[in-house]
Amino acid sequence: MVQLTLPKNSRITIGKTWPKPEGAKNVRKFQIYRWNPDDGKNPQVDTYYVDLDTCGPMVLDALIKIKNEIDPTLTFRRSCREGICGSCAMNIDGINTLACIYGMDEIKGDVKIYPLPHMPVVKDLIPDLTHFYAQHASIMPWLETKTNTPAKEWRQSVEDREKLDGLYECVMCACCSTSCPSYWWNGDRYLGPAALLHAYRWIIDSRDEATGERLDDLEDPFKLYRCHTIMNCAKTCPKGLNPAKAIGSIKKMMVERHV
Amino acid sequence: MAFLTDIKRARGMGSAKSGTEHHWQMVVSSVALLVLIPLFVFTVGPMIGAPYEDVVAHFERPFPAIVTGLTIVVGFLHFKGGVQTLIEDYVHGMARKVWIIAMICLSYAAIGTGLFALVRLAL
Repeated sequence: MVQLTLPKNSRITIGKTWPKPEGAKNVRKFQIYRWNPDDGKNPQVDTYYVDLDTCGPMVLDALIKIKNEIDPTLTFRRSCREGICGSCAMNIDGINTLACIYGMDEIKGDVKIYPLPHMPVVKDLIPDLTHFYAQHASIMPWLETKTNTPAKEWRQSVEDREKLDGLYECVMCACCSTSCPSYWWNGDRYLGPAALLHAYRWIIDSRDEATGERLDDLEDPFKLYRCHTIMNCAKTCPKGLNPAKAIGSIKKMMVERHV
Repeated sequence: MAFLTDIKRARGMGSAKSGTEHHWQMVVSSVALLVLIPLFVFTVGPMIGAPYEDVVAHFERPFPAIVTGLTIVVGFLHFKGGVQTLIEDYVHGMARKVWIIAMICLSYAAIGTGLFALVRLAL
């Protein structure tokens, strides 16, 4: 059976409460998941207080401020700070999103931050995305052609290029896949919304010549058909994309091949 | 512990080259039930609480008998497909196969029992 409760060594305990900044008038409380693989302890939730008068508006601004000024051991990924790299994906206020484009004003009450759900944790807010990236690689996210490469370029009409809108924008942050219950229970075999969205992006690319092979690879009860249109992926996507629709389109193409 | 590369884990045993058939059968049986369930409710529903002779007379007529028979067959075939998906979602390992076999047997048993009861009433 699927594991519906956390193993004993993953149960979260109450952690350290860090002092409030002196003299600050506009203070926000942050509760942040902490886990260090080296100390042998269970995960804990530490409490921090951030002076919003000296902090940027986004959750990532607060995390960087905490790391710089309060607790340098707090560990998280970040890079571009503008929603392009997908590094700072985490669970904020119960929803998977990018800390860099999620404003603190969108959150009522305390700001609760956890790593992306149901993934192995490397440390604190950093999930292990090795399998997620390997699944993406497995769908061959590149142009597959058999015709000799043209002298200039592979041509594509404006209409065909428009078909890629809503797909190419995915930054592989893993917010969608880690919000999907099907991916939680069968992530070892189910490719998940992100990889399938990318698969569809290459299936419908007018220049790609491996459409049949790509569909063959996906025709599997687990790789594709674990999607039950739960729609968590579309709800949580910080880029406003709809992976469930892309998966539905793949299923339609599968049926078209049969019926 | 096995020293497998990441891509080896991700690809696993490759595609089973199946799944669409099951998906299409569920779609077709869903559409059929969309028609059959209201028909079943409106043809059999009024018989609830009626005297035995009236119920037997009702099922001796072709339309209620055919609607009931189709609802039993299509409904339990749909159940078989749905519960298999449910088991594949939540049960892992050998237990998965055991549960799927058990539920398939249960579905066919329910179809057989339902049709036997219907035939006894109708004929």
